[in-house]
Amino acid sequence: MRCIINGEMIDLPAHIRTVAQLLQHFRIHEKIAIVEVNANIIMKEKYEHTAIADGDRIEIVHFVGGG
Amino acid sequence: MLQIGPYTFQSRLLLGTGKFPNIDIQKEAVEASGAEILTFAVRRMNIFAPDQPNFLEKINITKYKLLPNTAGAKTAEEAVRIARLAKASGLCDMVKVEVIGCDQTLLPDPIETLKATEMLLEEGFIVLPYTSDDVVLAKRLQQLGCHAIMPGASPIGSGQGIMNPLNMQFIIEQATVPVIIDAGIGGPADVALAMELGADGVLLNTAVASAKDPVKMAKAMKLAVEAGRLGYEAGRIPKKKYATASSPSEGMSIV
Repeated sequence: MRCIINGEMIDLPAHIRTVAQLLQHFRIHEKIAIVEVNANIIMKEKYEHTAIADGDRIEIVHFVGGG
Repeated sequence: MLQIGPYTFQSRLLLGTGKFPNIDIQKEAVEASGAEILTFAVRRMNIFAPDQPNFLEKINITKYKLLPNTAGAKTAEEAVRIARLAKASGLCDMVKVEVIGCDQTLLPDPIETLKATEMLLEEGFIVLPYTSDDVVLAKRLQQLGCHAIMPGASPIGSGQGIMNPLNMQFIIEQATVPVIIDAGIGGPADVALAMELGADGVLLNTAVASAKDPVKMAKAMKLAVEAGRLGYEAGRIPKKKYATASSPSEGMSIV
């Protein structure tokens, strides 16, 4: 499966089906992060039940230093 | 005490978290500043470097209120999107609306700022718009119901201090919500002046983060906020053209 994650086309292993699995794959499941799939914000409680599909545009953002 | 929406703070200094030399110095500086509100930006995560240190994970975030900004937004819609993302973290419901209208000066776009403020208030955010030092715009933002006004002292990161103290006074005098002077602060004297003018708080970042000794500067800013506020409450004497002697003119011993 190929998704556009943070603007980059990325090939994902076939077993990744949900947002929760995606975050685990990149080892960022314990980080403070916010996920958007096709411009919809996904709340944490829904990570396990939110499916991702080929061609999805996924944004994974976090807090960085700023004024 | 500083009251913003439903929240009460002891400290009147708000600190940005960008540009510090490293996380250890940043932690120490935040501590020394006494700030209870810390600003952050929202950016894409580098998913290929999960172990990269993140300041937010190194502090006890229950001790602070997070104030995410919408920096990077050029339209109201972009600002609203960033604010929603920040809120979805579950860590904050305040937002600093920052919609830049000019790349060179980084001055805020007044029209987009107003629009974003209105949209975010409707969604239930605690909204603190970063605005230019324009009293009419400040009034318009207040009428919308924003929870504080954050006029810029001078361009972001410029360290020029308060370019137009008169405009700041106009804003402060008519304010019905806290006025937090934001951006352009250079040193403790600027902070003290802001507070002496009657500002309710000061938000700064570069002046501390890029100082030779950020920890010492953080402490200096904390003291400047306190000194300025005390001075404001104490009531400054009016300026006069001519001298008035401090020592009595009677009872002089003359040889």
